[in-house]
Amino acid sequence: MKGNEALAEAAIRAGCKCFFGYPITPQTELAAYMAKRMNKAGGVFLQAESEIAAINMVLGAASTGVRAMTSSSSPGISLKSEGISYIAGSDLPAVIINVQRGGPGLGGIQPSQADYWQATKALGHGDFHLMVFAPASVQEMVDMVVKAFDKADQYRCPAMILADGLLGQMMEPVSFPEINPDAYDKSSWAATGHKGERAHHIINSLYLKPDELEKSVADRFERYAQIKENETDAELYLTEDCDILLCAFGATARVVKSAVNEARAQGIKAGLFRPKTLWPFPEKELNEAAKNAKKLLSVEMSMGQMIDDIKLAINCSKPVEFYGRTGGVIPTPAEVLAEIKKVGGAE
Amino acid sequence: MAVVFERPKALLDVPFHYCPGCTHGIVHRLVAEVLDEMGIEGETVGVCPVGCSVMAYDYFGCDMIEAPHGRAPAVATGVKRTNPDKFVFTYQGDGDLAAIGTAETVHSATRGENIVVIFINNTIYGMTGGQMAPTTLPGQVTQTTPFGRDPQLAGYPVRVCEMLSTLTGTAYAERVAVDSVPHIREAKKAIRKAFETQKNKKGFSIVEVLSTCPTNWGLTPVEALKRLQDEMIPYYPLGVYKDTTAEEGNK
Repeated sequence: MKGNEALAEAAIRAGCKCFFGYPITPQTELAAYMAKRMNKAGGVFLQAESEIAAINMVLGAASTGVRAMTSSSSPGISLKSEGISYIAGSDLPAVIINVQRGGPGLGGIQPSQADYWQATKALGHGDFHLMVFAPASVQEMVDMVVKAFDKADQYRCPAMILADGLLGQMMEPVSFPEINPDAYDKSSWAATGHKGERAHHIINSLYLKPDELEKSVADRFERYAQIKENETDAELYLTEDCDILLCAFGATARVVKSAVNEARAQGIKAGLFRPKTLWPFPEKELNEAAKNAKKLLSVEMSMGQMIDDIKLAINCSKPVEFYGRTGGVIPTPAEVLAEIKKVGGAE
Repeated sequence: MAVVFERPKALLDVPFHYCPGCTHGIVHRLVAEVLDEMGIEGETVGVCPVGCSVMAYDYFGCDMIEAPHGRAPAVATGVKRTNPDKFVFTYQGDGDLAAIGTAETVHSATRGENIVVIFINNTIYGMTGGQMAPTTLPGQVTQTTPFGRDPQLAGYPVRVCEMLSTLTGTAYAERVAVDSVPHIREAKKAIRKAFETQKNKKGFSIVEVLSTCPTNWGLTPVEALKRLQDEMIPYYPLGVYKDTTAEEGNK
């Protein structure tokens, strides 16, 4: 199944009741699949007039407690950033999919990971985070969509699947687990009409009194602290004895894994740390993976963004090198192997 | 003693933040009276975006959502599509509806979204202190048109009801005013009609309410009502612009 279609099918099975989107390459198959499937599945598919409208339709639907999703690719995500900030500020659960392409500006339509900073640091104005999941296979896209809906409901905050054009267009065998969408009780806050039985519910992100706004943000950061404590996830591959620890996420991690295997075959003790959650960043897992390494090497499809989190996580205790390709260029295992040798893995 | 006039139930007993003489209070009351009369407050979700009415979520008794600037029709679409049995209305100002939110307004209308839009046209941005709105009249002095709106420089005002009435998805569009008792009565009827149109699943309804902003117009409340009558109504004629529920066609 194609990655973009698997994302859509997984969402429907996870109980997503509505999808609002706007066409953009390379995620269009997702919306097309939703258009075919969603109405038959008893949900709502609507092509919005803009990315801005689409994310605000998600805001409206999520306000009533239903599972809502939108998807886009990099330039479209920038347009959604206003709405994502409001969703976070209103404590609403929602799932946003970014099938990344090259940037900045209109950029290109080939795979990229250059929205790492945007997703993990600055997806809109104000003090907030959203959970960011980074799949590396079509199967993982399925599993992470299901998880994203659950965690978004559990913590009442938006969650993002940060995929890329390679994963979105890739075809792989996939199995759909038996999914029972966890039933989260939203009756204490959802705006669905009070029927004369309770006080009215207000979905809102406006607090004109500074101390009230501060408290609202601080309360949210208490939930973020729980997320950081409980929800980090990473794959550690051949890290126990590694001299050089490669760090990569998403599609890039597949390339890097091939390079690590080849390095091992040539007697170089290389390992791979692959974060599956980018926010929260798996700091404990990275420190565990890096405990015996002499050097780290971050490989990204960007000019180097995740490398900042790697340095912070290990408190700059070891040298962290970088290799990246950008603009839609996918690094090859041979390039990465050459880089491993160059930065010192060959000793 | 017999009570002859009381606060509608759908309007909460809290002090408004609106300026003295502002007509938001009248329009809030009319919407609340309609919710009461139709008995639908408990089945209604209101959406108020950024603008003077942004805090209306504290005033209306129904469930409320505060939307980003201009996005109320999109938020309302998300609510209505997933809850078609609920009543959904937006309450938007002129900058919100006809400038930053033009796309959301036009497309929710053309999709025939089964929602009610209450559109407050007072020819100015109130909340931010009196800048030019898309509906600011030619020659009108605002903070950002200090020499009067010059159409050569700042373009012409948007006539929203006229524009939206050209769209097939628009079921009902009427422009009313709240400058006099007879006009207020007509405004109430129009708001009721809009909610009835939604009840009958006819599609998109908009009631444009010509309103005043004494503070930012620099007029007394009475002078402001006179300006509405003398300057706004001639530029923005009152009446039904579209009504697909009526036998007799459109204006």
